[in-house]
Amino acid sequence: MIMEKDILEIESEFIESFSFLDTWEEKYEYIIELGKKLPALEEKYKTEDKKIKGCQSTVWLVSSYNNGKVFFKADSDAIIVKGLISMLIDVLSGHTPDKIINASLDFIDRIGMHTHLAQTRSNGLRAMVKQMKDYAIAYKVIHI
Amino acid sequence: MILTNPTSIDLDIGAIRQQFPILNRIVKNKPLVYFDNAATTQKPQSVIDAISHYYSNYNANIHRGVHSLAEEATAAYEASRIAVQQFIGAAFSEEVIFTTGTTEGINLVAYAWGRANIVAGDEILISGMEHHSNIVPWQILCNEKNAILKVIPVLDNGELSLIDYHNLLGPKTKMVAIVQVSNALGTVNPVKSIIKAAHQVGAVVLIDGAQSAVHLDIDVQDMDCDFFVFSGHKLYGPTGIGILYGKKNILESMPVFQGGGEMIKEVTFERTTYNELPYKYEAGTPNIAGAIALKAALDFLNDLGKDNIRKHEAALLKYATAQLEIIPGLTIIGKAREKVSLVSFIIKGVHPQDIGVLLDNQGIAVRTGHHCTQPLMERFDIAGTVRASFAVYNTLAEIDVLIAGLWKALKMLS
Repeated sequence: MIMEKDILEIESEFIESFSFLDTWEEKYEYIIELGKKLPALEEKYKTEDKKIKGCQSTVWLVSSYNNGKVFFKADSDAIIVKGLISMLIDVLSGHTPDKIINASLDFIDRIGMHTHLAQTRSNGLRAMVKQMKDYAIAYKVIHI
Repeated sequence: MILTNPTSIDLDIGAIRQQFPILNRIVKNKPLVYFDNAATTQKPQSVIDAISHYYSNYNANIHRGVHSLAEEATAAYEASRIAVQQFIGAAFSEEVIFTTGTTEGINLVAYAWGRANIVAGDEILISGMEHHSNIVPWQILCNEKNAILKVIPVLDNGELSLIDYHNLLGPKTKMVAIVQVSNALGTVNPVKSIIKAAHQVGAVVLIDGAQSAVHLDIDVQDMDCDFFVFSGHKLYGPTGIGILYGKKNILESMPVFQGGGEMIKEVTFERTTYNELPYKYEAGTPNIAGAIALKAALDFLNDLGKDNIRKHEAALLKYATAQLEIIPGLTIIGKAREKVSLVSFIIKGVHPQDIGVLLDNQGIAVRTGHHCTQPLMERFDIAGTVRASFAVYNTLAEIDVLIAGLWKALKMLS
């Protein structure tokens, strides 16, 4: 059986990928590419209750729970946010609630994208990270 | 476009730029291009010096102490009030009340005037292009008093529908609160005729001058508005200082707003008599440094001449509009016949935030989003726009940087 990757391992992979990208243009082109590759969320999920509204862009987040693990799907109307979402899903989706709750997500800082999490009002990204962790906490409580 | 006076002169923009230390900033390894002036303008050295000079030399509380510093601070604070009076053409200096900004001015009127004058069934008229600051205080008042908030629709070109305005005016209209210049579209509204019509039905008029005071000549007596509010930081002054102008007879008849020091004449535990204008509405220690530095900002504007500034800004707007319209898929939101130097746009298939992020990485500061005018964005059925707003220190070369930056952003996003 193949061992599943740990959150930190996936974060390290992103840090390594970004270490090869020298300019801001290359970094953002990579993120934009990830954003384009992330499958659009089905329209039925784009409802008010799934919406995380930022001041500028909107994020939709859907979660599910299976075999002790939490899974996420998400979308955004802005492509750079969508690219960042794609990375967050890669890192956090498919792990146990505890691992998600305790994830520090340092990689965002290490790849130079911390400003996107710091701009509290300008996008729904920071709120999305909080919501992902809140879902993990909720699933943990329900399935204790 | 605003018509400029043929006698206006060409300003030395290079020399003006040297008065703004922040314009030397390098952002993301690029010289800063600052096009977010409708949010706040940068400050000339004279304004920065006025703040620092106050704190370094004569910091004291005003109107109270008999010592020299208190006298100097009071004199400077009151000199600033006179400067504002002249800047807006008010009849009396006591009609000029220092506030923290436009938002507080509107809230003060909605609270003090509104609660004394609005009853159930009354109508308050605003427009579809108001900033949230000129919507929410009236909504709160209407909810409390069972009054009705009515909205003048915005036309496709970003102008107000004056036909609808006249139809909405009626005997129940008690307050008309209108923005003189739209922060999201740049539209200059014909406030003089709006005010005249409102007065004919007996309504009181508040003009939100947050965006207009820096660009247009303001003469509150000629305009005949009952209230005029604006902020210091949008006209090269500091943040946290603003002005509420009100006609003397109206301000005198209004109840007080905040209670505290300064606004009182005599206090016992049984009753308090209130101070006269303008102190009646200036409870507590005000933003003394901000008020004093506001005068430096007005001096800066007066020295350059608003007419000369408008001539330069009109050239910036004309050039930016022409250059932007070349970009495929780009639509300018707000094409009023009379506009200030501000251009709001969307690009087909691209989210404004993505453009904002990619411009920021090129050292270009624009505003993206709904500009605190969500109902207006809904009216145009858009999530938001990219807004470039120009000030006197901006140059045509900077607009070239913006256009090149936009092409680059679009290439990256395609």
